[in-house]
Amino acid sequence: MTLESLIPVIYLITAVTFILGLKGLSGPTTAVGGNRIAAAGMIVAVAATFATKAFGSYGSTGLALTIAGMVVGTVAGVAGGRLVKMTAMPQMVAIFNGCGGGAAALVSILEYTHEAQAGTGLAWGAVLSSVLGLMIGGVSFSGSAVAYAKLQGVISARAYRYPGQRLITGVVFVAMILLAAWLVAGAAGIVEQPRLLVLVALAVAALLAGLALVLPIGGADMPVVISLLNAFTGLAVAMAGFVLSNQLLIVAGTLVGASGTILTRLMSKAMNRSIANVLFAGFGAGAGAAVGAREGDTRTQRAISAEDAAILLGYAQNVIIVPGYGLAVAQAQHAVRELADMLEAKGVNVRYAIHPVAGRMPGHMNVLLAEANVPYEKLYDMDQINEDFKNTDVALVIGANDVTNPAARADKSSPIYGMPILNVDQAQNVIVIKRSMRSGFAGIENELYYDPKTGMLFGDAKKAVEQVIAELKKAA
Amino acid sequence: MNADVLLGAYVFILAIFVGFEVISKVPTTLHTPLMSGANAIHGIIVVGAMLVVLAVPGTLGAILGFFAVVLGTANVVGGFVVTDRMLAMFQQRPRRPAKAEEKKP
Repeated sequence: MTLESLIPVIYLITAVTFILGLKGLSGPTTAVGGNRIAAAGMIVAVAATFATKAFGSYGSTGLALTIAGMVVGTVAGVAGGRLVKMTAMPQMVAIFNGCGGGAAALVSILEYTHEAQAGTGLAWGAVLSSVLGLMIGGVSFSGSAVAYAKLQGVISARAYRYPGQRLITGVVFVAMILLAAWLVAGAAGIVEQPRLLVLVALAVAALLAGLALVLPIGGADMPVVISLLNAFTGLAVAMAGFVLSNQLLIVAGTLVGASGTILTRLMSKAMNRSIANVLFAGFGAGAGAAVGAREGDTRTQRAISAEDAAILLGYAQNVIIVPGYGLAVAQAQHAVRELADMLEAKGVNVRYAIHPVAGRMPGHMNVLLAEANVPYEKLYDMDQINEDFKNTDVALVIGANDVTNPAARADKSSPIYGMPILNVDQAQNVIVIKRSMRSGFAGIENELYYDPKTGMLFGDAKKAVEQVIAELKKAA
Repeated sequence: MNADVLLGAYVFILAIFVGFEVISKVPTTLHTPLMSGANAIHGIIVVGAMLVVLAVPGTLGAILGFFAVVLGTANVVGGFVVTDRMLAMFQQRPRRPAKAEEKKP
């Protein structure tokens, strides 16, 4: 029995490890094992493929290219995965996802060209898969690059809109589909087989489509977009699997496509929005503006000093900390942990309320606070803690905005109406640490800031928390 | 329609159902690691890249093949490393009580 003939069996085993891996990843106690088993399956499949190619059909050029490519890719993957700060994880997921999309697009291009040059005539089914793999992979590649750039701050995280944007997006997508149809029709013999230049044009159109799709979406929605692009890449990989008649690629790609779609729905549901709404509506563009201008804004906020905050916190019995994206940006998790330790030493009961979409990704806050060694038992989901706000002396909101906006509960005209929020406004006192009076990503005013019992402590989350710690130390 | 495509279609459809079933209930905390783990899994495209690395003769074909392998490998390696790192954050619980006691005196 040769290794070549064992390959399908090895691929089957790998497919099973992927299913077990995904299943494991969906439970807290099995997650680490799930990731490991999927990784093990991956290593076996890659090693077996490499071995058959290395001792079989590869010439020295193919071997050199593959080894060089794997070395470069491994260095990039390990460096990107290990060296990047924990707060930057969402954009790393985006960039690695883009890599997969790009690889799927390239595989589709190579296989199409290979078939076209063979001169034996193209099967339209294979061409359809290639064309889909190229389109979806290309959109995922450039879309992920934009998502990365937005989260990393390379370009503004704001929703990027320009006149005629919908028209241009529409034209790009229609052009992409027409080019794809041309290639498929060529293979089916309906029209003359188009030249390879058309394939290049399709690749360009797919990249443009990715840009057109993601640029108009604001930074706050990037988690949903990354999850969706993750599902796209899965689908592109499945298409590449069809092109190569490789069942493992079909299984793995489709699994990710399906589970990614569910995850995307779960995420947008946590924000009380549909996926279509995230993609096409442009949050706060219409209704948000109306809300902003609705009241004459004669109301004022109460700015407080770090000393005021320290006194308030020091004499409280129950404190709930509400972390948000501002905490992640300022890398304030360690400072927050220190503050909580000090308060606990004074006998204050400190807990954390985690909104499902706090930060940039579901679970983002849990990861950050875990990094700062905040005990897991002190982190509460929204449903677990929302009733307790009314018995809380101080709610300390650190860099969170839209998830605390009471308008979501009461104001039917608000664009975030219906989104589940943390009942911060029911606490006896509220301290909001915020960089400036700028509105959140939804682009709307937060009623909470005008509440008389709310004190605004302006400043960078980390510095502000450190100031409060310093004041607490002085008092002690 | 040839047998390969039909078999592929069966696999595709069944995998959709498996994908839907396997992650129907996920605690919010695990959404990000799950996304990252799924991200690593579609890195299997590297196998496809290895199969077609020399499919197109000439320098341009070789360059594209090389990049396909680079991108696929980066997807796999980066994906698993990031997921492992995220999950490691949740693994510190058993160590905690001991640490807290050390601090007390």
